[in-house]
Amino acid sequence: MGSLFEYFSAFGPNAARWASLFEGFGQNLLLFFVTLITAIPIGLVITYCSMSRFKPLMLLSRTFVWIIRGTPLMLQLFVVWFVPGLLFDVHMKSRMTAAMIAFSINYAAYFSEIYRGGIESIPKGQYEAGQVLGMTKAQVFFRVVLMQVIKRITAPMGNEFMTLVKDTSLARTIAVAEILMSAERFTKQGVIWPLFATALFFLAMCGLLTLLLNHIEKKLSYYNV
Amino acid sequence: MAILEVKNIYKSFGDVEVLKGISFSMERGEIIAVLGSSGSGKTTLLRCINFLERATKGEIYVDGNCIFDAEEGRVSTAEMRARQLNFGLVFQSFNLFPQYTALENLTLAARLQAKEKPDFKKNKKLILKNINERAAFLLGKMGLEDKLDAYPCELSGGQQQRVSIARALMLSPKILFFDEPTSALDPEITQEILKIIKRLAARHVTMIIVTHEIEFARNVADRIIFMNDGIVIEDGTPEDVINNPKNERTRAFLSKMMD
Ligand SMILES: Nc1ncnc2c1ncn2[C@@H]1O[C@H](COP(=O)(O)OP(=O)(O)OP(=O)(O)O)[C@@H](O)[C@H]1O
Ligand SMILES: [Mg+2]
Repeated sequence: MGSLFEYFSAFGPNAARWASLFEGFGQNLLLFFVTLITAIPIGLVITYCSMSRFKPLMLLSRTFVWIIRGTPLMLQLFVVWFVPGLLFDVHMKSRMTAAMIAFSINYAAYFSEIYRGGIESIPKGQYEAGQVLGMTKAQVFFRVVLMQVIKRITAPMGNEFMTLVKDTSLARTIAVAEILMSAERFTKQGVIWPLFATALFFLAMCGLLTLLLNHIEKKLSYYNV
Repeated sequence: MAILEVKNIYKSFGDVEVLKGISFSMERGEIIAVLGSSGSGKTTLLRCINFLERATKGEIYVDGNCIFDAEEGRVSTAEMRARQLNFGLVFQSFNLFPQYTALENLTLAARLQAKEKPDFKKNKKLILKNINERAAFLLGKMGLEDKLDAYPCELSGGQQQRVSIARALMLSPKILFFDEPTSALDPEITQEILKIIKRLAARHVTMIIVTHEIEFARNVADRIIFMNDGIVIEDGTPEDVINNPKNERTRAFLSKMMD
């Protein structure tokens, strides 16, 4: 496999196995960050559609969210990986690309509902106060409402981030060489500890996230909404 | 010329008609108190004038210019804002922006407006300085000179309401509206807010105040409008309306409120 594995083989089989796990987790992290970067804005677009006063768009958007949230992510991975080839003879560039697409869409749907809840929880009076001060709708949203929404959704978004860290290992179902897949290879050679060692990687990442989210929450605690 | 002229305003929510033809006009510097029992449509009237609700029928004029006509089609955003800025509104529940300090609550809209002016880039520093100074001055007038950097959650209800009055004054509206500015406050704090409104009255700020404080209305207002079930049933000086009400309803309301 990767070059790390070969390089560390010189330090004995266990060093090589650790290297392989690190390499695998690199894929998990790549998937994690790409999903966040894409799903956060796509979620906003879905929210905008779901809250649209144009009924057909709203219904379309909510149906989409229902389908995405109502089917297993694992199934969605298969669909993105296989269906374009079956139907349109278009093949995914790589397994990782397919995983990124499936994850982005899936998480965007969940994020969009969190955003919607956050936006709908802002009292009407905030919009009205902005309006009577002559602010445009966009100004009210970006200058008044958005910060309050961010504060309100930090905790539920944090939950999603944690789930995402661990969900990335589902990419294994379409054979993305993420950490669990790397570890599983060793079980076939009769070495089981790497499988359990993967937990350390997830725990470390979630621990970092917890610290980061606590920091953000503290930063936002200078006011109450 | 009348500064404000409200002509035959109707408002329905679904099948329920809440305003049934409200008309009145007011002169510059005049202070009108709006009284009336709960559900008579006072808040709805204020919200219609301030574009927070769209009246079903009627017209509104400011300084002789039509700013609302129920028949009129869509108005451009810029025009809408210009019309909106004729008025300032103080809400019952303050509606301060929680993530901004008292000072920032005042400067936010003013800065956004200033940014759209063509000379903003050239005189940025001076313009922003002027905005900050005006905001600090207004908060000082409200007795909040030491609270400029406080967040709304760090202020008492009375202090929050004073910030919101200063915020409404910040953009120099032609007419300032109050919707029961004291009903979310303790009785002692009520007096503090009423004193501030009295001070504005002494400076001849044109105001329309919806209130349940009859004594206050009698002392401060030049005119009292009494609403009942979506129509104006009394419109006159405080002496006329409070001491010699024409309508049976008004008498019943006043005697209930005064004991
Ligand atoms: N958005 C709305 N949808 C439906 N009905 C409404 C709405 N807003 C107000 N109403 C109804 O309109 C009537 C007048 O309400 P409004 O709030 O104007 O009364 P008010 O005179 O301000 O009363 P109060 O003294 O209690 O504040 C009430 O019967 C109320 O139920
Ligand atoms: Mg009311």
